[in-house]
Amino acid sequence: MNPTHTRISRRLHTCRESNRTALLSFVTAADPGPEYTVPALHGLVAGGVDILELGIPFSDPEAEGPAIQAANERALAQGITLAQVLEMVAEFRYKDADTPVVLMGYLNSVLAMENFAERAAEAGVDGLIMVNLPPEEGDRLQQQLAAHHIDLIYLLAPTTTDERAQQIAAKASGFIYYVSLKGITGASHLQTDEVAARLQQLRGYTPLPFCVGFGIKDATTAKALAPHADGVVVGSALVNSMAAGGDVAAVVERLQQQAADIRKGIDAADQ
Amino acid sequence: MAEATDGSNYAQPTDDGHFGDYGGRFVAETLTHALDDLARLYNEVKDDPDFKRELHTDLAHFVGRPTPLYLAERLTETLGGAAVYLKREDLNHTGAHKVCNTIGQALLAKRMGKPRVIAETGAGQHGVATATVAARLGLQCDVYMGAEDVQRQSLNVYRMKLMGANVIPVTSGSKTLKDAMNEAMRDWVTNVDDTHYIIGTVAGPHPYPMIVRDFAATIGQEARAQMLEQVGCLPDVVVACVGGGSNAMGIFYPFIDDVDVALVGVEAGGHGIASGAHAAPLNDGKVGVLHGNRSYLMSDADGQIKETHSISAGLDYPGVGPEHSHLKDIGRATYASATDDEAMAAFRLLNSREGILPALETSHALAWVSANAPLMSKDQSILVNLSGRGDKDILTVAGIDGISLT
Repeated sequence: MNPTHTRISRRLHTCRESNRTALLSFVTAADPGPEYTVPALHGLVAGGVDILELGIPFSDPEAEGPAIQAANERALAQGITLAQVLEMVAEFRYKDADTPVVLMGYLNSVLAMENFAERAAEAGVDGLIMVNLPPEEGDRLQQQLAAHHIDLIYLLAPTTTDERAQQIAAKASGFIYYVSLKGITGASHLQTDEVAARLQQLRGYTPLPFCVGFGIKDATTAKALAPHADGVVVGSALVNSMAAGGDVAAVVERLQQQAADIRKGIDAADQ
Repeated sequence: MAEATDGSNYAQPTDDGHFGDYGGRFVAETLTHALDDLARLYNEVKDDPDFKRELHTDLAHFVGRPTPLYLAERLTETLGGAAVYLKREDLNHTGAHKVCNTIGQALLAKRMGKPRVIAETGAGQHGVATATVAARLGLQCDVYMGAEDVQRQSLNVYRMKLMGANVIPVTSGSKTLKDAMNEAMRDWVTNVDDTHYIIGTVAGPHPYPMIVRDFAATIGQEARAQMLEQVGCLPDVVVACVGGGSNAMGIFYPFIDDVDVALVGVEAGGHGIASGAHAAPLNDGKVGVLHGNRSYLMSDADGQIKETHSISAGLDYPGVGPEHSHLKDIGRATYASATDDEAMAAFRLLNSREGILPALETSHALAWVSANAPLMSKDQSILVNLSGRGDKDILTVAGIDGISLT
């Protein structure tokens, strides 16, 4: 596949050309209510987000910290389904045809939907991150997704061996999601030096961009990692903002401001 | 060699942890390395004479194995059909078969040099069995338990604390066993360098379903030899209750190549399969992925894991070990269910006829025996895994009888 053919590749390519570290945001769909999601996504883009990750609510989010667990519970309490999540992406696409959208979640949600790849592509989804799907088990889904030009994005972790990292890099598409620490989302023991050294080494295995997530919560942490990564992912901190109360306009404004602050931190590092 | 579909020449799982279409390793990338390490170590030590000796010594002198095979004469007479033999796992130290697995895994943790073990628990039996071996080996021990189960199983919570374990109530999700397992996975992914996760059933990611089965298989190995020695033949049927399925896998496994021996697992039928309020994924579930493996699951049309119901906390789990899914699909084992009421009736029957107080989990297997032994001839026999004793369930049963003991 020609890399310029997908929104993800195009966006990361453009960022790289303009020496801009991409900002990736994560929020959970339908948290705290279905009406918040699409306006929130537009607000994040307006605040400077380059790639949107949207969580598929799941009953058993085993790799998530307390913030995103709670977001999953709030969303499920609204009776949200994967079909509705796809509708949200489609609605987002009416106004924004350029910003890549990556769905993130757990395999059982996707397995339960027939023709997921086709329906996700129709809605305008560009990538999929399955927290509990290692490459050994992922071939079938990856083929289905590839047929619809959706990237299956694999994760590498601090504990991934070099040999395995090479195997995963060979299968990866879109970008590599580097998990910056041993732990769950929203953890707070990020070690920038370790991450930087490891990223430098991993880059020897693939020309794909590396986006770093877990433990990045504000302008300071984003700024510290920006020089070493192609993109940084902010999740739990945004999810906490979504949950902090207020009507849609208030939440969107808060989120946009938060994204803009983080963007400013990254821009300072990029200069 | 290709595996015959009837189960003879049975050799599962594959090197990458698949039992037919089931099993595998569906986990966050951070854990892959630890699972590889565990699989490698286990393959190294499982046939190592020193490891086997160490395990055997503990099973003999700390746990009290072999457990007896017991002909339940008055129960057999009452039912009027097949002879009923009980494999007395209730007589293990700590009162259930679970300790066979925790001893084995704690010895693995020791070999890996990991000073801390964690576990999930529902009824508290696996938590107690883990706390027990942690005390025995001087390991730090944290046990995750759903907040609701902490309330329901206060006796076992206190037992764990007495042995120095820290019991952590889990308040996320449905606050039961599945959520305790999620929380234990989160702990493990964070503390993977110094912590071994002792999973309590034949579920989880590879190599757990294999390791737990192998440690539990001492039940079936003993029972098979005891049948031949005491009775002179193998049983016609082997029956065990199935939640995650470790006691069933433990007694089934050594009989899998004995294709004339029927293997029957009994799931928790709760208020009845038709009611939807049960914990019987092999009877009324669909294939999915949870807690690291592909297997039958109780999940809704959108893939969300359903809340389950069983009178027995130890069976109250929406998934089942992947090897059971495989045995079901190849037809080597069949899976029935027993309702709460049927289990309670069997519980009372064993108490009154044999003077044995079975666990409510175990009572589900006994309910199948109550219904099916009368349909069999007197020269046939049933081997039941009497997987645990019921002292822990006294408060639940008394509550059903309207008696307050507190």
